[in-house]
Amino acid sequence: MATQASRAAGRLMISPAVILLFLWMIVPLGMTIWFSFLRYNLLIPGGETFAGFENYHYFFTDPNFWPALWNTLTLVLGVLLITTVGGILLALLLDQPMFGQGIVRVLVIAPFFVMPTVSALVWKNMFMNPVNGLFAWIARTLGFAPFDFLSAAPLFSIILIVAWQWLPFATLILLTALQSLDSEQLEAAEMDGAGPVSRFFYIMLPHLARAATVVILIQTIFLLSVFAEILVTTNGGPGNASTNLTYLVYSQSLLQYDVGLGSAGGIVAVILANIVAIFLMRMIGKNLET
Amino acid sequence: MARTVTTQRKVIVTAIAWTIAIAIFFPILWTFLTSFKTEADAIATPPKFLFFNWTTENYTTVQGRSNYFLHFWNSVIISVGSTVAALIIAIPAAWSMAFVPGKRTKDILMWMLSTKMMPAVGVLVPIYLLFRDTGLLDTRTGLVIVLTLMNLPIVVWMLYTYFKEIPGEILEAARMDGANLTREIIYVLTPMAVPGIASTLLLNIILAWNEAFWTLNLTASKSAPLTQFIASYSSPEGLFYAKLSAASMMAIAPIIVLGWFSQKQLVRGLTFGAVK
Repeated sequence: MATQASRAAGRLMISPAVILLFLWMIVPLGMTIWFSFLRYNLLIPGGETFAGFENYHYFFTDPNFWPALWNTLTLVLGVLLITTVGGILLALLLDQPMFGQGIVRVLVIAPFFVMPTVSALVWKNMFMNPVNGLFAWIARTLGFAPFDFLSAAPLFSIILIVAWQWLPFATLILLTALQSLDSEQLEAAEMDGAGPVSRFFYIMLPHLARAATVVILIQTIFLLSVFAEILVTTNGGPGNASTNLTYLVYSQSLLQYDVGLGSAGGIVAVILANIVAIFLMRMIGKNLET
Repeated sequence: MARTVTTQRKVIVTAIAWTIAIAIFFPILWTFLTSFKTEADAIATPPKFLFFNWTTENYTTVQGRSNYFLHFWNSVIISVGSTVAALIIAIPAAWSMAFVPGKRTKDILMWMLSTKMMPAVGVLVPIYLLFRDTGLLDTRTGLVIVLTLMNLPIVVWMLYTYFKEIPGEILEAARMDGANLTREIIYVLTPMAVPGIASTLLLNIILAWNEAFWTLNLTASKSAPLTQFIASYSSPEGLFYAKLSAASMMAIAPIIVLGWFSQKQLVRGLTFGAVK
């Protein structure tokens, strides 16, 4: 169908996007790899020397590394658990006939549009603050001692905040998938005597599996890089209790000016994200065939 | 649906759903209410929900003390600028991939997607140093460049999935009627493509508005958008809940409204067309 000329025109139209993205990917990443093999500290200008794998050695033996990796995984898995399970339940609920469905939907989706710094600060001060927060007041009213969320359970608190932001995303996507389910199939099952529980497990859940996988994979990509929420609530602390890999690399390179070490950490983060990305790419690639 | 639902059941479902929805929305509602309180009312025990002296002084204070509008304007320029730039680059690319697909189109699309998978922290150091050496640190231009490139894959993908849905036969018919490429684009393609482009624009502005890694790391004061401006409230002195709430409301209200309009596109955009 396409002529020789339109092919050439097509190539010409793609090239700016391809070239720009190629440069955006390859130049900084190449620099990070290069830096990761240097002794390079911004406080000692001109003192760059080749370091081999020294930075990687330091990064992996840094007492903050394993806690940071552990915190990263806890954060990702915790948020995924809350948002996926909560999202499925909410989607099932919102799919039922009710009054004011449109408004309910709008209310549930809203947190996704709140910028991370706002949601983190609002939760930190107005809800989780042990003196003036709303949770403290509820605790006192019920006769309990107020709980200091961000000092006593910093990672858990951040998981709550991040989960609040991502629950709407999971709900919205699962709801969209649920609504594409053929209602005749459900009716047929019902007529054959399938109860609500077996209808859920044998028809709805398999139908949702694909969307749920997409939700999990996409969220993982974003959750591996949670940053703003940690920066404005705990600064990674107390100690390293809420430092994730992203925050660790940030603090090594921009707070301690150790470019070499930070770069090595950056490369580790890239590798970790790529492991997830491979699965996600396969899923989306499959979809492209049709 | 042919299934009948009893009113009783519908009422119960409604009650449960509304309760949960209001609980999820509550932090935003609470921020909204607090933004109209005095600082004393904002931390009153027991909390005052509706019966307090409503005041708008926080909004004027926030503007007066920290030049809120400068940061608001920065956010507008950065999010709209990066979105328009990304569209200009992406529209031709998505158009040609949708209508003149080559052998490698699929590979190019997947490769573009893969660049989106790279965590920002992996390139934080070089971008920071490049920006420092070229004087782009704390400039709106710098952020527009970074956010354009960061969101370019999503923009190409969204446009591609929209353009794919425009039937190719229409183009062929126009061609047979003697339309050349320019006329084809102006009279046939553009009207059909506008809804898709508009959705892409909307979603991308939202993403850029809320972006909080590069905006926090590459700006300090003069080009700081609202994400950075709000972050400056993390270490305040004195009573500040009401002012924090007022600043927050002004930062999120416009984008929540835009977001409500773009619910449907959000799903398609953020799942790269995998869920529609």
